[in-house]
Amino acid sequence: MTTPATPRITVATAWLDGCSGCHMSFLDMDERLVDLAQKIDIVYSPLVDAKELPEQVDVGILEGSISSESDLHHAKEFRKHCKLLISLGDCAVNGNVPAMRNPFKLADVMDRAYRENVDLQPQLPTVGVPVLFQQVRPIHGCVKVDVFVPGCPPHADAIFYVLNELIEGRTPDPSRVTRFGA
Amino acid sequence: MPPPAPQPNVRVVTLTIDGKDFSARADETVIELCRENKIPIPSLCYMDGLSIWGACRLCLVEVVGQGRLVAACSTRVAEGMNILTNTERLQRYRRTIVELLFAERNHVCSVCVSNGHCELQWLAQKCGVDHVRVPYRQVRNEVDSSHEMFRLDHNRCILCTRCVRVCDEIEGAHTWDVMGRGSDCRVITDLARPWGESETCTGCGKCVQVCPTGALVKQGTSAGEMVKDQHFLPILARRRHAQ
Repeated sequence: MTTPATPRITVATAWLDGCSGCHMSFLDMDERLVDLAQKIDIVYSPLVDAKELPEQVDVGILEGSISSESDLHHAKEFRKHCKLLISLGDCAVNGNVPAMRNPFKLADVMDRAYRENVDLQPQLPTVGVPVLFQQVRPIHGCVKVDVFVPGCPPHADAIFYVLNELIEGRTPDPSRVTRFGA
Repeated sequence: MPPPAPQPNVRVVTLTIDGKDFSARADETVIELCRENKIPIPSLCYMDGLSIWGACRLCLVEVVGQGRLVAACSTRVAEGMNILTNTERLQRYRRTIVELLFAERNHVCSVCVSNGHCELQWLAQKCGVDHVRVPYRQVRNEVDSSHEMFRLDHNRCILCTRCVRVCDEIEGAHTWDVMGRGSDCRVITDLARPWGESETCTGCGKCVQVCPTGALVKQGTSAGEMVKDQHFLPILARRRHAQ
């Protein structure tokens, strides 16, 4: 394999309060991933083994909304270490399904999920789970976001278009290829 | 039945839209002329066949020499008018209007029965709304499923009043109305009674078909299944007019 002439673009991804569908859509780029792999290095992601976010990353991609202390921590870390931050998918962009609990009290939502509809040993989970916020927010409700890619999930073609535009040094216009709920 | 014959004594005016010359009948509105000539003007409350409402403000255009923006749906053409339909200022305003509509209630496109067939969703994409810059209001709105055939979801209502007008002007039932002001504003059936208990509703479903979003839908549809058919409206409107 030949060494690329220019250093590869480093990419980090994380999955906050989402369903992983956006990451699945990323994988749906199929054989285009092989070409992409010549141009980008995924340095941190649920898709790779790395356990720590590197000090300096070119592009950060966040799926999911900010619903807990842990989500907020991740978002802040990504903003701090990534030159460019992308909100990928409706949950990250507008709160989407996770934010549908916002008009209700958090205690009522928890009761509904863990007590009312449970037959056996109804109880609230407390071990190994982050504390939920009262309100779910999109990523840009907490940290500055540079590129928004709506869609539930955004189509693989849309993700490829955005990444390819960035690789080519252009500013992508995601509204050309995707929309809320796409 | 043919559309009503044009009045023989209506004057013809000439005007400029986006640098191109057009002639139009003096009783036409700017949006009618633009639609005839395939000049895209976004709109939500305006609908061919219904009376003018002028509420959504998406069809705002610039008239050169006039500081105030005007709604293309409620402005008649005039001799020598110079109209701009797509300036940066208009794009900025339209984008903001769409964002405010999304922020006001709970339009969750991904789980909406009208996903993929919604005028608000389509306009958001057209106007380049890839996120909403203002905080969402996050207020819970009621859903009225009391009607045996249709459902009303206030979360997805943008108060365009197409339902109110089609029910009054075309069906002649006047089941729908508007109640409350500001953020409390709601469309209601009869005197704010559940839709299913309405004595005036004929169950014709015209309100459902003209609704631009997933606020009025058929019962039993699931995400993305609610496709609306609005072909009846211009035909019925012309027949009404001809009588």
